Amino acid sequence: METMVEIQNLCKHFGSLVAVDNISFQVTQGEILGFLGPNGAGKSTTMKMITGFLTPTSGTVKVAGHDILQSPLSAKRRIGYLPEGAPTYPDMTSAQFLDFIAQIRGLQGLNKRKRLDEIIQRVNLESVLDQPIDTLSKGFKRRVGLAQAILHDPEVLILDEPTDGLDPNQKHEVRTLISDMAKEKVIILSTHILEEVHAVCSRAIIIANGRLVADGTPSELESRSLYYNAVTISLRAPQQQAPEIRKQLLNLPQVAKLETLEESPSLLTYQLFPKNKSPIIAEISQHARERNWKVEELHLDTGHLDEVFRTITTAH
Amino acid sequence: MRSTWIIFKRELASYFATPIAYVFIVIFLFLSGIFTFYLGNFFSRGQADLLPFFNFHPWLYLFLIPALAMRLWAEERKSGTIELLMTLPVTVTEAVLGKFLATWAFTAIALGLTFPMWITVNYLGNPDNFVILAGYIGSLLMAGAFLSIGSCISALTKNQVIAFVITVVVCLAFILSGFPLVLDFFKGWAPQLIVNTISSFSFLTHFNAISKGVIDLRDLIYFFSLMAFWLFATAILIEMKKAD
Ligand SMILES: Nc1ncnc2c1ncn2[C@@H]1O[C@H](COP(=O)(O)OP(=O)(O)O)[C@@H](O)[C@H]1O
Ligand SMILES: [Mg+2]
Repeated sequence: METMVEIQNLCKHFGSLVAVDNISFQVTQGEILGFLGPNGAGKSTTMKMITGFLTPTSGTVKVAGHDILQSPLSAKRRIGYLPEGAPTYPDMTSAQFLDFIAQIRGLQGLNKRKRLDEIIQRVNLESVLDQPIDTLSKGFKRRVGLAQAILHDPEVLILDEPTDGLDPNQKHEVRTLISDMAKEKVIILSTHILEEVHAVCSRAIIIANGRLVADGTPSELESRSLYYNAVTISLRAPQQQAPEIRKQLLNLPQVAKLETLEESPSLLTYQLFPKNKSPIIAEISQHARERNWKVEELHLDTGHLDEVFRTITTAH
Repeated sequence: MRSTWIIFKRELASYFATPIAYVFIVIFLFLSGIFTFYLGNFFSRGQADLLPFFNFHPWLYLFLIPALAMRLWAEERKSGTIELLMTLPVTVTEAVLGKFLATWAFTAIALGLTFPMWITVNYLGNPDNFVILAGYIGSLLMAGAFLSIGSCISALTKNQVIAFVITVVVCLAFILSGFPLVLDFFKGWAPQLIVNTISSFSFLTHFNAISKGVIDLRDLIYFFSLMAFWLFATAILIEMKKAD
């Protein structure tokens, strides 16, 4: 796989504040990299350095082999960028604005026309083409920003909080759009919405206080969760049997811990945590069958990203 | 330079997308008229020329041009579009030039719309049209110099009011340094060389020379190097402070 974005020992200081602290990573073709982190973690600052808007205090950024400081224009030609808040020229209409971007991106004549039509259709802007961007709703403004970023079919797409402030339908639309483009490009997007990582990203990097604290696929990150491979079991049984059932469950060789979620007169619900995060669901279901328990629900947890996120980002 | 042209077009069109352009032009024409006909005694002088008209231009520009220039970069900063512009494959120089030239072209349009003045003198008498042309050229060059200062100061802040005030002050200094009153003050104690230097920095000295019909290469060089200097400073400031 070809490395499209290569970041080495990137640092950014604002006076005495270290906004980005020695971050290194690489992104290869086809990856959708999610940048996760609490507000003020340094996500935007990192993206501004990748896109050449901010000069790093130290470290290097290479986009498709082009150093952003040594050959900024070649690097910038390969990047499509949606800055945070999707700034656009408010007095221009969507059509005028996109035409301006297309010209700056070197598109001309028929080629430009075709490309504009294609993108306008792709992000559904037909209905607002002649409206000043100022007067557009947030969702449409964001789409104009996205259209602007993908107009020149960039190899690397950098999106700073692309779904921030949108309603659930709009969020869904933007995510679909992003997923559709995944194969052809490298996409780096920042977010503090964890579900988004699952919905669109093939890999996630967690940043806290300017430092890279985790890097892996969403599932890998989830496997760090306390809840990873935990099993929730609900069964119909009289309440007086509860102590016995609890004891049996805890006696299973791989079960480390039991938490009572519910003990009502006819329904018992427990959450069981494995030793060393090993799979325990088979063991539990086999035991339940042998004892002829009336199992209402047996649920395997794949881990909670938000819990991992909280643990990681508050520990640093 | 292709990018300069594209930015130039966008910028110039943006003036006309809002009422700014029309308000500016109306005020410019209105004040030109007042200054020329009332304060400049255009009729009672009994001379067929546009000197009273041009004489007031430095003062007219002192307030109007900073009002035009203040939004050049301050607005990009405020709306965040500077981040968009500076991450497009465009050099800072191209962007600075494109924006400056658009505003300059806009003032040229406003200036051009004073043509009824020119028609009036030609109708009333027999003016030396070359001198009038020189006056227009001088005025346009002076406007460019004012604008380049405004561009640089606009690059410093995201607050347009601050940009306006500082630009007026700096431009005033460039006008006053040629004012007899100021020069007399220096003449009292400073060596002639310093007095000459101060006066040579003045818009007035060079503008008056041109508007009398004497297009001296030195005056042209003065205005162009002034613009080059301030635009260069703009580019450096933007490069250094674009993300602040
Ligand atoms: N231009 C700037 N000057 C000073 N501090 C800044 C500037 N930009 C960002 N910061 C600071 O750097 C830190 C990281 O900010 P940012 O990258 O915007 O975080 P995120 O995008 O992850 O929310 C924050 O503490 C922020 O206040
Ligand atoms: Mg941010």
